[in-house]
Amino acid sequence: MKLTPVIGMEIHAELNTKSKMFCGCNAHHFRIKPNTHTCPVCLGLPGALPVPNKLAIDFTIMTGLALNCQIANVSKFDRKHYFYPDLPKGYQISQYDQPFCHHGYLTLSSDKKINITRVHQEEDTGKLIHKTIKGTKVSLVDFNRSGVPLMEIVTEPDINSAKEAKEFLKSLRDIVRALKVSSCDMEKGSMRLEANISLKPSPKPYKVEVKNLNSFRFVEQAINFELERQTKLLEKGITPKQETRGFDSKTKTTFSQRSKEAAEDYRYFPEPDIPPIVLTDSEIDIIRRKLPKLPDQQVKDLNLPENTAKLLVKKPQNLETFKTNLASAVKHGLTAEKLANFIINQKIDISKPIKPQLLALTRPNTIKDSVLKDVIKENPDVVRKYQDGKTNVIGFLVGQVMKKTQGKADPKLAQKSLLKHLQGPTLKVN
Amino acid sequence: MSQINVKHVAKLANLPVSPKEEALFTEQFEQIISYIDTLNKVDTSKVEPTYQTLDNQINILRVDKIEPSLTQKQALSQAPKTLNGYFLTQDVFSSKKTINSAIVKSRKKIDSSNAILTKVDSKGTVGHKDLFCTKDIETTAGSNVLADFKPPYSATVVKLLEEAGLKTKYKLNQDAWGHGSSGENSDFGPTTNPYNSSKVPGGSSSGSGAALASGEIDLATGTDTCGSIRMPSAYCNSTGIKPSYGAVSRYGVIAFASSLDCPGLMARSATKLRKAFNLIYKADQRDATSQSQQRISSAKTKPVKTIGLPKEFLAKGINKSVKQLILDAADLFKKNGYKVVDISLPHAEYGVAAYYIIAPTETSSNLARFDGVRFGNDRSYFGAEAKRRIMLGSFVSSSGYHAKYYDKAARIRTLIAEDFSKAYQKVDAILAPVTPIPPFDLGAKVDDPLQLYLMDIYTAPASLSGLPSLALPCGFIDDLPMGMQLIGPRWTENNLFDLAETYQQLTNWHQQKPKL
Repeated sequence: MKLTPVIGMEIHAELNTKSKMFCGCNAHHFRIKPNTHTCPVCLGLPGALPVPNKLAIDFTIMTGLALNCQIANVSKFDRKHYFYPDLPKGYQISQYDQPFCHHGYLTLSSDKKINITRVHQEEDTGKLIHKTIKGTKVSLVDFNRSGVPLMEIVTEPDINSAKEAKEFLKSLRDIVRALKVSSCDMEKGSMRLEANISLKPSPKPYKVEVKNLNSFRFVEQAINFELERQTKLLEKGITPKQETRGFDSKTKTTFSQRSKEAAEDYRYFPEPDIPPIVLTDSEIDIIRRKLPKLPDQQVKDLNLPENTAKLLVKKPQNLETFKTNLASAVKHGLTAEKLANFIINQKIDISKPIKPQLLALTRPNTIKDSVLKDVIKENPDVVRKYQDGKTNVIGFLVGQVMKKTQGKADPKLAQKSLLKHLQGPTLKVN
Repeated sequence: MSQINVKHVAKLANLPVSPKEEALFTEQFEQIISYIDTLNKVDTSKVEPTYQTLDNQINILRVDKIEPSLTQKQALSQAPKTLNGYFLTQDVFSSKKTINSAIVKSRKKIDSSNAILTKVDSKGTVGHKDLFCTKDIETTAGSNVLADFKPPYSATVVKLLEEAGLKTKYKLNQDAWGHGSSGENSDFGPTTNPYNSSKVPGGSSSGSGAALASGEIDLATGTDTCGSIRMPSAYCNSTGIKPSYGAVSRYGVIAFASSLDCPGLMARSATKLRKAFNLIYKADQRDATSQSQQRISSAKTKPVKTIGLPKEFLAKGINKSVKQLILDAADLFKKNGYKVVDISLPHAEYGVAAYYIIAPTETSSNLARFDGVRFGNDRSYFGAEAKRRIMLGSFVSSSGYHAKYYDKAARIRTLIAEDFSKAYQKVDAILAPVTPIPPFDLGAKVDDPLQLYLMDIYTAPASLSGLPSLALPCGFIDDLPMGMQLIGPRWTENNLFDLAETYQQLTNWHQQKPKL
């Protein structure tokens, strides 16, 4: 019997807010001195209360809108309970049955729609470091990341291959980056991926969750490994175990982490410290109007070959550099496509001033002989001085070349070419 | 009837439970669960659940702005173990978890009623219940878990009072975490009633009531989740206000049950109480359930003309003398131009059952943060009543029981609140007893938690409905003080103060003092 892969994704993205989700602490936590961005709220001190960050909620709703979701007029936060030293309150403030966004979709290049179950808001945990001190294993906790706003995007199990998963994730990342709501930097952990993988038909329903995948390539490798592993079992009539698995990027294999036969009891209940969030249709429209153009629309609008346009819109900074410098690039005789390619191929360093780089790139690499000859002809006195050994007068001649080329010539090239003429056989001074 | 698997629930609640406790809790839970199962008699199929009592028109949100954090030193200052700027905890991957057993330091008794836990400033006039965080001053919640805990910040209420020149004199004893009606559940020993040291002072703000009665302070803070201001006010001859839910900031007040907790005040007269209350009757941006909008729009409420007497509160179960004092008070109001009418609150009888689902659920969650990593002692330091409530709450909100208990209770809550709404179409305020019996002997009910829970029968309905309620002295029974409560619609605190001031002009119960 033919087995069909059934894959769903769960994506966590840290939101680009200045402050944390429920308190005013700086949300920046990467390589910061431990426990310096904390307060009673994100340390879970007795008596502290959460107050939600409006911008974080706007960011989550923007993402939902970009993913064609319905936005709830009434949503609420819930408490998800479990005990772990990096979870200061003993519960995570998340959203259970009334998320901000639900029922969306993202269209792949094949026109296939991947349905989005929900986009909800939650808070990040602290960070654990494991050490052995004087022979005793201990865990160290840093709460700088505790309370950093996260959004979680959950898809329906509509994905049928590793390739599709990769395409979905890439376009999702491009959308989120275009919205500027998250950096989606997987190396820094600001985007985290999980895949739920199974095959059907199977004797009994099951789901294997692969966690902590921190690159698209790893997602692809993990899915392919799992599909092969599960196929082998199913072909023998065995239902794979329902479990959570980790991924080893060295061996490109997955390994069992914990059994999920018995569902965890998170004892969700409505967060009593935060009233439900009520959003009218006109308030949702205000957020909708704030949405920038999404990658698909940007690609169409660019009027560039599709591949070039797609590569360009991937990084919002690249696209911005392209747009702000297009006019001057054209003035210097550069085509839009060439400028785009310079940016994509990093011939232009967008972190440095662009104008001088453009100038350097558009400089002709030859200087017309006629220009050089004219300069020599028009300045016999200077040429003579040069021939008499006063070689420093060459600067004056270079200046004349620059004048005649309206400054477009590369001065170094001008000097080189002039020297060739001054020393070569073509020189005739009257 | 549902059987609680105590071992399973203890694991869910992350609490160490001894075999002896396991046996005891199994028996006690059986009784409690069979009592709360009476909720099944009520059809709630067409009732929406109430999770919070809010007027709920505006979202209280923060703008995305960075505010100063604690320093690393401050953040780590209360941690038992730290290393190089990190909190240190046992290896999370270790399969063997070290189970600690609490080693409790004994504490010196400061006053004869054991009302005072910490002396702060002899020039102060205010006593704070130990649930109120006071910066750099020990704040214990009445529990050994927080012995020596010095919070790096103060509660909004403490700040507001201090800004008005009302300095802190003492931190006061209480039932640990607010869990109790009698004042006997403090891990630092029970508080006794200054009118008779063999009697309970009422709880959970037991130290507040006792220290006011003995004249140690002029004003006390308290919190009322289900009578914790009203009970000690009634038993210690004090006047206390449990405000509308959301009227006073909860920020910095150690949470018991977040959707019910109402910080408030106690004093020796309604006039003094009102003056101090106006200092804290303010919205707070640090509390998203604090609601200023409604307060402003309801500032002009019509004065009270008609007072309701809920017939269910004066039927079976109430002590005759207590009932007579309530009827006497009703007569006095009648003689002075008020109309007094009978009203019915048909679902009020389910208040205790609903309350003992909702409050334990929320407290099991609120007390999850006490893990001994960042501050305080570990979970083995919880006392018996805290363990009981944490486990009860973990059970009624656990997978498979959530709908039967937690959700059901939330729907009963709606019915109770609707009873009040209907009543307030007829009356402007409600007069009711605070407790069914006068102050009782210390230790009389400690072995029977359900009997103690039933003391909350008259306080639960207003708490579940988020209504303001003012308790004030209304007479003595065998030389022991007794109080009554005035319950109003949301945001009618001023009406309640008016009524109480009128009553205290006509009576002198509140001026009586204990023989010390």
